[in-house]
Amino acid sequence: MQTTLDKQTTTPRTEQYVAPNVNIFETQEGYVIQAEMPGVSKDGLEVTLEGNEITITGRRGAETVPGQPLFRERNTADYRRVFELDPAIDTSKVSAKINQGVLTVTLPKSERVKPRKITVD
Amino acid sequence: MNIVRWNRPQLSTWGGFGGLSTLRNEIDRLFEAPLSELARASQFLSGATPAVDVYEDKENFFVKAELPGMKKEDIDVSLHDGTLSISGERKSEEKVENGEVYRSERFFGRFQRSVMLPAAVDAAQIKAQYQDGVLTVTLPKAEEAKPKQIDVQVN
Repeated sequence: MQTTLDKQTTTPRTEQYVAPNVNIFETQEGYVIQAEMPGVSKDGLEVTLEGNEITITGRRGAETVPGQPLFRERNTADYRRVFELDPAIDTSKVSAKINQGVLTVTLPKSERVKPRKITVD
Repeated sequence: MNIVRWNRPQLSTWGGFGGLSTLRNEIDRLFEAPLSELARASQFLSGATPAVDVYEDKENFFVKAELPGMKKEDIDVSLHDGTLSISGERKSEEKVENGEVYRSERFFGRFQRSVMLPAAVDAAQIKAQYQDGVLTVTLPKAEEAKPKQIDVQVN
């Protein structure tokens, strides 16, 4: 009984996330995910691949709050969104960059699924 | 006097779900179409009017606006009659050649947002900075708008 209570008090508070707006498109080479995360710098960014899922997390930690708020409508929660991956993606070649609050994740397809032209002898 | 045997209303008689579900589908269809249109429109509208925060300290007002993925040159900041306007155009970065689009939630196009400032500011000293997709405009308060300490004199 005592241990259960202890456990409850030590669990961290549930984190709140907001889903970033994304554009996703596919080309012959692979997929591109663009996610809007204003207020997130390179240091606050986390992209994890696990099984057939990619999770993008952006933390606004670096942003400073100047003075007293008079009016707030921006969401203060961190960003998170999970996507299921096409098995054709070569997970070892996934790359990500962030520029002015827009995260771009490039997910290339593995060579074997890319369309190839076979020359006839 | 006409004595007619009372019949249960149609909806509560057990006639299978056939009739009921088609009615339901009709109603759902009626509501879903305009609602999804509305949701889409509001999403685009929220992109066209970026979210802002306004802060103040003793010396300045600060306006922070969310403008992800812009170029510095494409953002216009202006002050007119105590109203700060942030406007510009978000251009779509690159066109996807022979690509298939799965999701298109980002807003591209012209946007505008105005914030009425609660007190006079020194227009010549306004600074704007763009970092991590957030525009921060620092507006120093005009001398007359700053809080002043007045000494009470005792004779």
